[in-house]
This record gives sequence, structure tokens and C-alpha cells, in this order.
Amino acid sequence: MHGRPRKTLEPADAEALSAKAEKLRSLQSLFLANHHNRIYDKEALEVSAKLLEINPESYTAWNYRKLAVEHCLSRSESNPDSVKSIFDEELKVVESALRQNFKSYGAWHHRKWVLDKGYSSIDNELRLLDRFQKADARNFHAWNYRRFVCALMQRTDEDELNYTEQMIGTNFSNYSAWHNRRPLCISVCRVEANDVDPSGVLLSNLMKRKAEGYFPKEIVLEEEYNHVQNALFTDPDDQSGWFYHLWLIDQTVKSDAPLLVSSWPSPGSTITLDGNKCLHGCGSSPLYCTLLDTGILPVILYFNQAVEGINSSTVTVKSELTINEDLVWKPLSTNKLNTARVWVMYLNLGNVKLQLSKTYPIEISLGHSQGIVSSSGYHYSHPSQISFKLSVQNAYTELPDGKGGKLTLWENKNFQKFEHFQEVDSIISGGQLITGIDHIPTTSNWSAETIDNEINAFRVLLSESDCKIGKLTLARLLTAYDSISSPHAKGMIHAEEILELYADLLKSDPMHSLYYKDERSLVLLQQITSTTESLLQYCYHYRGITETLDGFVCLRLQNLSLSRMGSLENLLWVQMLDLSHNELRSIEGLEAMQLLSRLNLSHNKIGSFTALGPLRLLKSLKVLNISYNEIGSHSIDTARYLCSSPLSHTEEFGWDRFEILNANIDAANIWEAFLIFKSLNLTQLDVTGNAVADENFRSFLVKILPTLKWLDGELP
Amino acid sequence: MGGLVTEKHVRYILSIEKRKDDFMSVVMEHLRMNGAYWGLTTLDLLGKLDTADVNEVVSWIMSCQHESGGFSGNIGHDPHILYTLSAVQVLALFDKIDIIDVDKVTNYIVSLQNEDGSFSGDMWGEVDTRFSYIAISCLSLLHRLDKINVKKAVKYILSCKNMDGGFGCTPGGESHAGQRGINTQTRGGHMEVFCCVGALAITGSLDLVDKDLLGWWLCERQVKSGGLNGRPEKLPDVCYSWWVLSSLIMIDRVHWIDKDKLIKFILDCQDTENGGISDRPDDAVDVFHTYFGVAGLSLLEYPGVKPIDPAYALPVDVVNRIFFGNDKKL
Repeated sequence: MHGRPRKTLEPADAEALSAKAEKLRSLQSLFLANHHNRIYDKEALEVSAKLLEINPESYTAWNYRKLAVEHCLSRSESNPDSVKSIFDEELKVVESALRQNFKSYGAWHHRKWVLDKGYSSIDNELRLLDRFQKADARNFHAWNYRRFVCALMQRTDEDELNYTEQMIGTNFSNYSAWHNRRPLCISVCRVEANDVDPSGVLLSNLMKRKAEGYFPKEIVLEEEYNHVQNALFTDPDDQSGWFYHLWLIDQTVKSDAPLLVSSWPSPGSTITLDGNKCLHGCGSSPLYCTLLDTGILPVILYFNQAVEGINSSTVTVKSELTINEDLVWKPLSTNKLNTARVWVMYLNLGNVKLQLSKTYPIEISLGHSQGIVSSSGYHYSHPSQISFKLSVQNAYTELPDGKGGKLTLWENKNFQKFEHFQEVDSIISGGQLITGIDHIPTTSNWSAETIDNEINAFRVLLSESDCKIGKLTLARLLTAYDSISSPHAKGMIHAEEILELYADLLKSDPMHSLYYKDERSLVLLQQITSTTESLLQYCYHYRGITETLDGFVCLRLQNLSLSRMGSLENLLWVQMLDLSHNELRSIEGLEAMQLLSRLNLSHNKIGSFTALGPLRLLKSLKVLNISYNEIGSHSIDTARYLCSSPLSHTEEFGWDRFEILNANIDAANIWEAFLIFKSLNLTQLDVTGNAVADENFRSFLVKILPTLKWLDGELP
Repeated sequence: MGGLVTEKHVRYILSIEKRKDDFMSVVMEHLRMNGAYWGLTTLDLLGKLDTADVNEVVSWIMSCQHESGGFSGNIGHDPHILYTLSAVQVLALFDKIDIIDVDKVTNYIVSLQNEDGSFSGDMWGEVDTRFSYIAISCLSLLHRLDKINVKKAVKYILSCKNMDGGFGCTPGGESHAGQRGINTQTRGGHMEVFCCVGALAITGSLDLVDKDLLGWWLCERQVKSGGLNGRPEKLPDVCYSWWVLSSLIMIDRVHWIDKDKLIKFILDCQDTENGGISDRPDDAVDVFHTYFGVAGLSLLEYPGVKPIDPAYALPVDVVNRIFFGNDKKL
């Protein structure tokens, strides 16, 4: 029960309540008897009406009344007056039930059912609603019903929007006192922001339709900014406007239509392939291992939002390479709708005869035909091309057995900073969005100006009051500003200020500190990857003890207090990544790094194997270090439904394979590890320092990973 | 602050059955099936399911099943999808799902899917995303999810997405030309968010949720006392420890709230004398809030409480038995 005080009843009250219970109980049995015997006479109807007046939640009684109506209609079909009175009686019963409990789903639905039959006047309905909405301006049952009624009346969106303003207006009989009644102004915005149009659908419908001169997006948004600013400035701690403001920023900055953000290979790049080695070749140009050492080269398309419809008819690949088989594009996600932000196609070069020292131009174009659609229904409509070249230094040959089995070490002494930036420049810029993709429309001046105005407004707010929402909003506005106004040439100009704002929020609002930490991580990664110069400071040569890996470029993002990953669109080129000594709980998004073959996640806060789900989409991953995390220490798995599994109907368990392992462990206890590792082909794995990693578990790993050459630095 | 008074809560739950005559029990009589699910799941989470009489419960549940295949909230009432899920959940707790005619229950639920992918609650046609969740969860527990049009069901749920990343109970899409006015639905908050996120979780569609946006809205439900509210500027309530917390867990954003403060809030809502948990400190307890309080503590990894699955709202071991049990090997 909500809001009922905890106390023992006075004897007199207890007696009264017990009498009430007795009465209700006898009504209920009487009603059920009538229901089961299909008795619909006046007396029986009266019983159900009384029951519903006391207990509007008694759903069977509402059903009974519908049956009764149908029964009575069948007997008085010809007389319109008696038909109308049958329905009017129902409306009365609903009204008295709502007086008892206006949150009763059953009562509201009964009323809709009656109105839908079309015999009753709808004129009274809006008046009835007024009463309930005055009593509780935020009763969402009443608002839902209002919209139902409006649909029956066929009112337009414009009328609805006007009505909401009118309704607010009539409440202020003394409008001249408006500016003295700021609290009421907030309630205006609260109604608008939260109750009338929480989804923003009404407004966005209108903007989409661009009703004549009525709603150009810019004007609507400007007005809404004013409304919500009023609310935020009057009482910054009132949350009503917070979410609405964030939505407005989104509307201002983001494009509805899907865009291609980056790709690998990137436009204009030359990819130098080496048959079976990854030597840092003769001088200037670094070489790529082909994926899995099997001659497979991934081509990655990274969009600004999830899209569907990437296939060989919407994306054409032109090349003089004779690729016989159909090119298959795969969404890098596990949902059922086949949508993803990142799509990959594996070019199989193993079967193609390539001439040495020749370059092969490849041209990928998309957007020439419809078919690529975002999940909100917008089409990809910017014809665009990505041209890159392939050159081959050595003929592809099968890797001899035993090679590539050397231990990868992650110690500082194995890494060396680059002396000359140009050494890696071509690799790094090889995955960056930069300006290579020429169709990204320059954001309108209006967007930049609007965001700039908001920035100034919030600076003023912060100078007056040291409020949390002011800081958070300013940080978001600055981030938005940097992403639309300085495309990567200058980097993130406000990064320092944004990071400082988050550091401040971390201290002043400790309850949500890890939210700010996550946001901070995103900004930090955005800053690091925003220019080639800043990214280079984190790039190292790997100097292993084997010559096989010598010259590998490793991106080392350690000890940065990162709690989540971001800016992956700038990191598609990475083959070796060190994320150790951070605070990562999740590696969501890492699936985009299709070239990644060596990954260090040690000393983080990964809490379960399911959190490693993105790794399953990395076909080239060979070396994985997840030592010193928290796997096995938590009873609640927060990635349980983000990882594909039978629980979410995204994957069969694979009992055949499990049985063969003969692991002598219950599947219910080890399904997460089984699902993750059955699809990986690791040669090196470190799991020590996790609660889960006991001897039993290690022997399970050895069985499930037949390719494994090193487990925790030792031969398995 | 004291800890969880487990023994007293168990005694409180067992005592409810004996107090059939007080007013609130009579008012709630029609949803006894929900009550059974709340009470028995709480007992299981506290490790005391064995204090309930399995045979009595199972035979009562079976006497609530109707010819249509659906279950009612109590003997004599009409079948509804709400109580059909509760019945299946309780049977799952006792590992007794095989007692029902699975195809019959499946047919009942399948018959409630509408052309647009949505679900009605019963033959009278009330449509709500809550019913979409119930249908999906129930069929999944019965290994019959393939019997409905999952793609359409998911599209319908997505059409109810709001500007704050949450969901309403009916959509903002433009599927019915004549109903444009209904399109904008108010956020119901709590329950609708859980139902939509839960349904998307079970159908492997969480990629389609804006986790950061929804996560921020959900984490801002935590108020200074540590409790969670259902909508901005509303009072905290123990039941949101389930609705909000389970959604935060499914989208992997639960670390954005202060778990210790929430634990303290829930414990403060216990009746430490007579057992049971209430909506806020010092209010009257009931089985509904007792369940949500204990389930919340379970999600917060409180020691001594069994872990609960955030999507199916059943203990993790029960869910794992259904999906990874030895009988699945066949």
C-alpha cells in the first residue's frame, strides 16, 4: 500500500474495517455467482456496480459488465434511446469507480471500450478530464485517456498543442501577475516537458511535417529553449526540465539521417599486405597482417547510428581483383533486427592471385540507391565513395606450424616510443575520420550559434548559482560544440574545461560519481583521438623477444582511469591495444576493432565473462590478458543480457560441443565462459587474479581452447 | 542501522495466507496469483521456499486455469495474461512447469498478439507494453518464443520510446492514420520502462536502447535519502528498487547510482518488529513491497539473499535451470 502509516488500529477502527471487509466479501461472492450463472438482471448489475465502487480494481467485474452490455444490446437493438442509456449507465459506473481510485487501469479501459462503441457523446469527456487533471496534473492515466478522446474527436496536433497552452492559460486568471509568479512558470514548463509531450513526438511530428510556416524546426526549438531555460534558471534543482533540455541539444546537433563516420581502410589510404609476416618493412610503410593469417582482410564501415540494409546491392565494391564469391556484409551486433552502427565485410584474399609489388585500387560506394535505413526510419542519402589501394609485398603463404606461438609480453621494456611521427602516421590516419569522407555536411551555422548561445547562458547561470545541472549541461554543451565546430584539425578546444567540470561534479555529487567518471572517460578518449599528434603520444613500437612481432604498433592507454571505451571510430586501425590499469567495467564498442589481435585488459574492473561479449566478434584476436579483474566476484551479472546467449534467444548453447569437453561441470555454472571462449581462437590467455580462476576452471579453459599455447604465462 | 530481519520477513509472508479476512486481503482477492508470486519468490530469495506447501500451491494454481489456457487471479475470476505469467513463474520456482499443458498456455498467449505486434491483456482488448513483456517472458520460460511474431513485437515496443530514452505504454508511431492524436503517450515511468527493457533483453534487442540516455534518467531517480522514485520530483518508494534497478542492471548502468545508500533506504523501510517492508520508512507493510525490497537487495548483492535475474524476475538459479539445465541436453 502506498503512503499508509504503519500503526496498529484503534479497536473501533478495526471493527469498522472488519465490517467493511465482510460487506465486500459478500458482494464479491454474490457477484461471482451472478457472473458464473450469466445473470444480467437489474439487481445483479447493481451488485457489480456496488462492488466496483468499493473496489475498482476488481477486473472480472468490469468484464462482467461488458458481457452484460452485450447481452442487453442483443435484446434492445432497435431502440436507440435504450441503447444510449445502457452505455450512459456504464459511464456512470466508471465515474464513481474513478472517484474511488483514479489510477484504476480497469476503469479507464472500460470507459474507452464504451466510447469506442460510438453511442455516447464525447463532449462530456474533456470536462470530466479537467476535473481529474486539476486534482493531479501529472496523472498519466488521465493524459492517456485525453489523447484517446482527442483521437476520437479527430483533433489535429496543432489543436492539441494549442490546447495545452490554453489550458495552462486559463489557470492563470490574473495573467498580469505572471512575472511575479515564477513558480507557476515552472509548472508551465513542467507540464510541457513532462506530461503533455514527454516523447517530444507531438513537436517532432510537426517539425517533420513542416506545417506551413507554423513550425520550422529552428523557431520551435528556440522557443522551447526559452521555456526550459526559464524553468532551469528559476529552480535548477527541479529535474523537470533537465531531460527536455538534453533532448533539445540532441535535436540541435544530431542529424536525423544516418551518416558514415569512418571506415577502414580509410579513403585514400594504401594498405600494404605481407603474406605471412608483419615486419616493419623497408623503411617507411608499415605492413598489415591479414586477418587470422588466413588471407582475410576486413573492410569496416562505421555509421553515426545503427542502420540496416547494408548488402551487396546497397554497397558496391569495384576492383580489378577477381573476387568470385558474393560479398557478405555482417552487422557487428547481436540484435534480432539486423541493425548495427558498425558493419564489416571480409575480403578473402587467400583465394585471389595477387601480383607482387603491384597496387590494386578498390572503390566502395554507397548511398546511390535507397535501402540503407536507420532504426528510426531515415534513409542514408549521401552518395559517397571510399577509395583505397592494396599492395602486396610477399606472396601469401600458409603460416608454417609453430610460428606465432611466442609469448607476447606487456612490460614497459617491450615498448618503445616512436622517434619519427611519420613512421606511424600513415597507420593512424588510416582509420581516422578526418575529412577524407567528404560528404559529412557542415553543420548549419544555426546549430553552432544555438549551442554557443546556450553555452553563454549556462555560464551566466553558473556565475549565479553553483548548481549541478548547470555544470553538467555546460559540459555537454561544450562537448557538442567541439564536435560540430572544429572537425579534428584543432582537436577538442574545450577538453580541459570539460574535464574540469566533470572532476568537479564527481566531488559535489558523489551519489552519481561513476556516471561522471564514465562521461569523463568518453571526453578523455575523444580528446586523445581527436588529432594525430595527440594520438601519437600513446603509440609505441612493440619489441618482442621474437622477430615475428617486431615492429607492431601498440596503442597504450594505461593508467588513465578509463571506466568505459569510446571514440572507437578513430581506432579502427589498432592491432595491439593495452588498456591495463584502468577502471573498465565494460568494453562495449570494442567489436569495431576488427584488426585487433592482441589485447591487454589486466587490472580493470571487468565483473563477468559476459562483459567480454564484444570480443567474440573479433575474428583476429589471439592474445588476451584479463588477469586481475573481478570475474567471479559478483552475484549479479550486469552484462547478462548484453551478451548473446540462449537467455536472450540470440544464440544456441552448443550442447554438442559442451558434451565433447567432458568437463564434469554443470552447464548452469559455466555457460558464460563456455559461450565466450568457444568462439575464440586464442593462443595466449592470462586469467590469474580473478575469483573464478581456480584449477578446475583452468583445465576447462585448456579443453575449450585447443589453440592455446600459453595460459598465465605457462605452457598449458 | 540493523541488517535484514530475514526470519521476521519469512514469518510475515507465511502469516498473510492466514489473514484472509482483513479488508486489504479481500480487496486484493482477485490478484492472489500475483500475491503468490511475490510471496513465494521472496521466500525463495531468502532461502526458505521449503516452508511453503508445494502440492497445495500447485493444485490451487491449476484450479485457476481456464479452458482458453489462461490463468485467472483467483478461483472464479476471469483469465488474464497478468496472472498467466505469475502462474508460470510460481511453477518455475518449484520446477513444476511440466505439470501444465504448455501448448495450451502458449496458444492462449499467441491469441492475444495483435496485427501491429502489440499484445492485449485478455479478450477485451486493453493494449499495453506491460502485456508485451508478459507475453515474451512467459513464452520464453516455456521455450515457445518462436510461436509469436517477435520482430513485430519488438518493433511495437520500440515505437513507444520516449525522448528521455524511456518508454510509454502505447506508441508514438504513425501506424494508424486515424489515431494520430493518441500518438503521444505519457511516460508511465517505472513499470513501463522495466517491461520494455525486459522484453528487449529477452529478445536480444538491447542494442536498440539508448543506454546512456535511459541510464541517466534512471540514475537520477535516486533521491537524497538514497531511495529511488518513479518520475522526477516524486517521492521515493521501495518498489522502484525493483523497477528502476533491474532496468539499470539490464543496460549495465547500475554503477551510476549509490548502492550503499539504496541498501540503507530499503533496510529502513523494514518493520523490524513484525516483519515485512513498506514503500517508505514507517508506512504500513505489504507483500508487494516486501517482495520488491528483498528483490532490490538481491540486485544490490546483499549478503544472504539469493541473486535474482533482472529480466525474468526469478532467482538466477531457477532461470539457469530452465535454460542450461541438464534436461536441455536432449
